[in-house]
Amino acid sequence: MITVRDLTKTFVKLKALNDISLSFQSGECIALLGPNGCGKTTLIKVILGMVVPDTGSIEFKGQSILGQWQYRNLIGYMPQIGRYPENMTIANVFEMMKDIRRDSRRILDEDLISSFNLNDLMHKKMHTLSGGTRQKVSAALAFLFNPDVLILDEPTAGLDPLASERLKEKIASEKEKGKLVLITSHVLSELDDLITEVCYMQEGQLAFHKKLDDLKAETGEDKLSKAIPQVLMSQSTLI
Amino acid sequence: MKKILKYVMVDILQNKIVLIYTFLLLLISLSVFNLESNSAKGLLSLLNIILILVPLICIIFSTIYIYNSSEFIELLVSQPLKRKSIWISLFGGLASSLSLAFFIGGGIPILLYHADSTGFMMIAVGLFLTVVFVSIAMLAAGMTRDKAKGIGLSILLWLYFSLIFDALVLFFLFQFQDYPLEKAMVCFSFLNPIDLARIQILLQMDISALMGYTGAVFREFFGNEIGVALSFVGLFLWILFPLLLSLKRFNERDL
Repeated sequence: MITVRDLTKTFVKLKALNDISLSFQSGECIALLGPNGCGKTTLIKVILGMVVPDTGSIEFKGQSILGQWQYRNLIGYMPQIGRYPENMTIANVFEMMKDIRRDSRRILDEDLISSFNLNDLMHKKMHTLSGGTRQKVSAALAFLFNPDVLILDEPTAGLDPLASERLKEKIASEKEKGKLVLITSHVLSELDDLITEVCYMQEGQLAFHKKLDDLKAETGEDKLSKAIPQVLMSQSTLI
Repeated sequence: MKKILKYVMVDILQNKIVLIYTFLLLLISLSVFNLESNSAKGLLSLLNIILILVPLICIIFSTIYIYNSSEFIELLVSQPLKRKSIWISLFGGLASSLSLAFFIGGGIPILLYHADSTGFMMIAVGLFLTVVFVSIAMLAAGMTRDKAKGIGLSILLWLYFSLIFDALVLFFLFQFQDYPLEKAMVCFSFLNPIDLARIQILLQMDISALMGYTGAVFREFFGNEIGVALSFVGLFLWILFPLLLSLKRFNERDL
């Protein structure tokens, strides 16, 4: 569904993405992992068209996305740090987004608004919200338009355990519907029962991209948090 | 595009600064017209205030507004919207709300006290200057991500167009006073939107005789329909050029 070829992006001196090629299929739930500053967020932003790559191409459903915008109708994006116009209320933000995306004619999915109890907070201005509540707003917005692709950047960071559990349930149920879900996270333990594939990035390069089952079989480990260090060690000995 | 324009307009019109700007302009225009016995004199005093105040407020307010909407822009860019329509809507929202403010604050008093061709020219020129300086602000804000640098740059640009440019032209005139520079002066005036605006009004007021031989050359060039049309084309280019340049930068920018 999304194919990335030979992607390179340099920020001043830092090589954020170095010749990355990847492809993601629908129905999969992919974990994008790697140390801080390895280019995960940059990769996501390139897919969303927020960052313009130096070289390389991205195809969404077989069509190049460079200079395109319609394809974003099919994407729900939850940013790492949700930034919203400060003097709008939550209700204003939801109304504005519904208004902007009205053309996409999708059935609205308001499950998360109710399961996060956001309805009681609708009159609050964005600048009065706590970090966790902002995250809830971001998550609810990402799922609201029932998109085919969900891109979640650190979705559970800052959420309380209850909310993070509800979000995980929601992600699992969307995956069942055959959607493509792309998650970055540093909390490996919560990804175990959610994901089907693992992409590991290091210093702007792709270290590996494997099915979770293959990964577990190769390493003989059942937990992601143990399997990944093993693969990395075996790779470094090969080099 | 219309949708974003609507949100930008509502947001700006809720902003108290634009209201204060409108009232300030209204207060100045009314008091100028009431202080002077002759409304033509009042118009001349108002001209000088408008040529300083309108560009200053427009460029500073627009620059700060664009920096403060960075969250809004970031949010919109990740949505199914064209970058071009986001940027143009931002420009349209700023230009139309500041033009409305100028029309209420400056235009209505002019229509009340001095509704002749000079008055109409003054309103047209004021509206053009508003849009020109919004466009220049878009360029200044698009040049750098650093808010302090961006605002500094727009203050410098205002200073350049209001003071430094004229000083440079005067310096140039004195250096080359042995040569006939009247034709060159006409060309120079196209390099500064504020000068274009000023010349138009002064010619309308028929006080170009005060400017000596240069005034006569100006009169000959700008005094007819073609000259007026040309100077408005000049002002229009001053809107278009910075806007297109900033749009190009915005399209290539990483957010």
